[in-house]
Amino acid sequence: MNYRDEFRDRKIVQGLAQRIATLAQGKGPFTFMEVCGTHTMAIYQYGLRQLMPPEVRLISGPGCPVCVTHNGYLDRALALCRLPDVIITTFGDMLRVPGSTSSLMHERARGGDIRIVYSPLDAVQVAVQNPGKKVVFLGVGFETTAPTIAGSILTAAKLGLKNYFVLASHKTMPTPMALLSADPELSLSGYICPAHVSAIIGAHAYQPLVDQFRIPCVVTGFEPTDVMQGIEMLVRQAVAGDARVEIQYSRVVSWEGNPKAQQVLAEVFTPCDADWRGIGTLPGSGLKIADRYAAFDAERALAVEVEPLKEHQGCLCGEILKGKVNPSDCPLFGKACTPENPVGACMVSSEGSCAAAHKYQ
Amino acid sequence: MNQDIILLGHGSGGKLSHQLLDEVILPHLSSTGAAGQNDAALLQIGGSKLAFSTDSYVVDPIFFPGGNIGDLAVNGTVNDLSMMGARPLFISVAFILEEGFSKKEFAEILASMRRAADAAGVSLVTGDTKVVPKGKADRIFINTSGIGVLEHGLQIDGGQGRVGDQILVSGTIGDHGIAVLCAREGLGMQTGVTTDSAPLNGLVQELLGLGDALHVLRDPTRGGVATTLKEIALQSEIAITLREEALPVNEGVTGVCSILGLDPLYVANEGKLLAFVAPDRAQEALKIMRAHPMGCDAAIIGEVTSSGGGRIQMETVVGGMRGVEMLSGEQLPRIC
Repeated sequence: MNYRDEFRDRKIVQGLAQRIATLAQGKGPFTFMEVCGTHTMAIYQYGLRQLMPPEVRLISGPGCPVCVTHNGYLDRALALCRLPDVIITTFGDMLRVPGSTSSLMHERARGGDIRIVYSPLDAVQVAVQNPGKKVVFLGVGFETTAPTIAGSILTAAKLGLKNYFVLASHKTMPTPMALLSADPELSLSGYICPAHVSAIIGAHAYQPLVDQFRIPCVVTGFEPTDVMQGIEMLVRQAVAGDARVEIQYSRVVSWEGNPKAQQVLAEVFTPCDADWRGIGTLPGSGLKIADRYAAFDAERALAVEVEPLKEHQGCLCGEILKGKVNPSDCPLFGKACTPENPVGACMVSSEGSCAAAHKYQ
Repeated sequence: MNQDIILLGHGSGGKLSHQLLDEVILPHLSSTGAAGQNDAALLQIGGSKLAFSTDSYVVDPIFFPGGNIGDLAVNGTVNDLSMMGARPLFISVAFILEEGFSKKEFAEILASMRRAADAAGVSLVTGDTKVVPKGKADRIFINTSGIGVLEHGLQIDGGQGRVGDQILVSGTIGDHGIAVLCAREGLGMQTGVTTDSAPLNGLVQELLGLGDALHVLRDPTRGGVATTLKEIALQSEIAITLREEALPVNEGVTGVCSILGLDPLYVANEGKLLAFVAPDRAQEALKIMRAHPMGCDAAIIGEVTSSGGGRIQMETVVGGMRGVEMLSGEQLPRIC
């Protein structure tokens, strides 16, 4: 027993597929949306769509943090990395994301000092080791990554560092789900709610969605048996006409979430309006660095001229992020837009819908 | 976006590498006989048929669990020659050293090259050394070239895959890439995964006993098993189905891949081979592999299902189906 293979057990998955088919037979159609990039990947990677009966449709929502990051953010990061005394530190997924006219990958090839790190604390180390440089960490992600980035700011403050900065573009989850729930074009039957975001914010965060839109919400883990069981719970609710928050991923997620992480978030960040690529500005759907930590905020502390915004024409990223069209419906998919030469962010991130579809379909 | 510069991904062994080869390198050099599709060139000289191959090594870090850049450079070229069914004989070595590089480390690398050559039964016959100013190279780069002889009339290359062929891998996948990744500064993971860097010429000599039932040999280095199979599928114009369940993967490799969001199918190997074998001889091939020290974890991982297309499908561990593509860009860690 290694606590991994058990969650990838073929018999259990096939059994759940059978149960889903039996439950849904002659009912529906049901459309369930996942709003976490890791779910998008798991569904493609294990070929779970093929295990669904015709009554059940799975669509992907705005769950990839790289994909929903606005072009303007990238342009600011690119402008910063062209400054002579700046080191950009980032998670690897940001490297290929196209800004208006360039990407970090291209800037690195031209000599920009851009370093991939696996943890924001590694970025703090880079700042310690390079006192003569300004080290900027690209803080992108949902509530899963935000606490560790908040932790890096607290660590830098404790160390008295004056050369560590975060360019923050954090998004928070339930807000876009409300927008999509109200969309008559989508008519969603339920949400496969994010796993690790929910570990931080707690499953109670989805209760307002249930109350307002009567939409089933099941917090689901990332392993194939998790996803299948989550879908089974959704089908069960949908067939019965129920709408509740349920936790499939109970080995990690609680109703209240992680109070320590929430406390760190509240200490370092404050809620703000955020620009979502393809969706627009959503009030209160982002996190910005609180005034008391303004010295660590790259946007406020480092002055730089940012090039004018240029949106990519013909890219259906926005509609894809809302689950309204499939990646292969985009006229650019696989032609002008490929993982090697991405036009839209959904093709860049390893967790983007288009990248997943291109890799696994 | 600016397309006129070389990116790191052009050296990944994946799609960008292929684009660079097809769109930039071969248009200039193919008229000179360069073909670029196989691991080595086949040359007819008088009555002898020779295989000739070259490879450069820029691995970082230069020392990693189970090996270093030196034995890697010898084994890599030995294996490229072996994949054409040739018996490797002579290897050349060229060093590019950075000013300030430690002589002690250099000696250690040389000693391991010597050991690797002895183990593979090849001679290091000629070489060259250049030194560049500090900061103009990263410690040590090595190029090796090699010559091997074909002692049979078989045609073994990436274009020989046929419908019905069973696909074998000679052991666990992804060990080398994960060993190097974990040795990289800053990752701080203790996994016990060591490189699989090893010479495959001995195993290939055994497999040649299968005669014309042996169709393709290829070592899945950069880009991993997925990229190598895709190359073979395109070159042979065949479609392949894999069984994920059958893929041999070390526990440590699975663990690191899970944490970092990597797929072992795309992680580099340096001591494994893929073999396409006629269906009626596949079990025999498996037996040969498992009886050899370089193939004890060998497995049949899939088969050639039809002609045309170059498409690869994989039946997943849970019974779903998914496509398998070439590596895109570099393997990147996950963000959330």
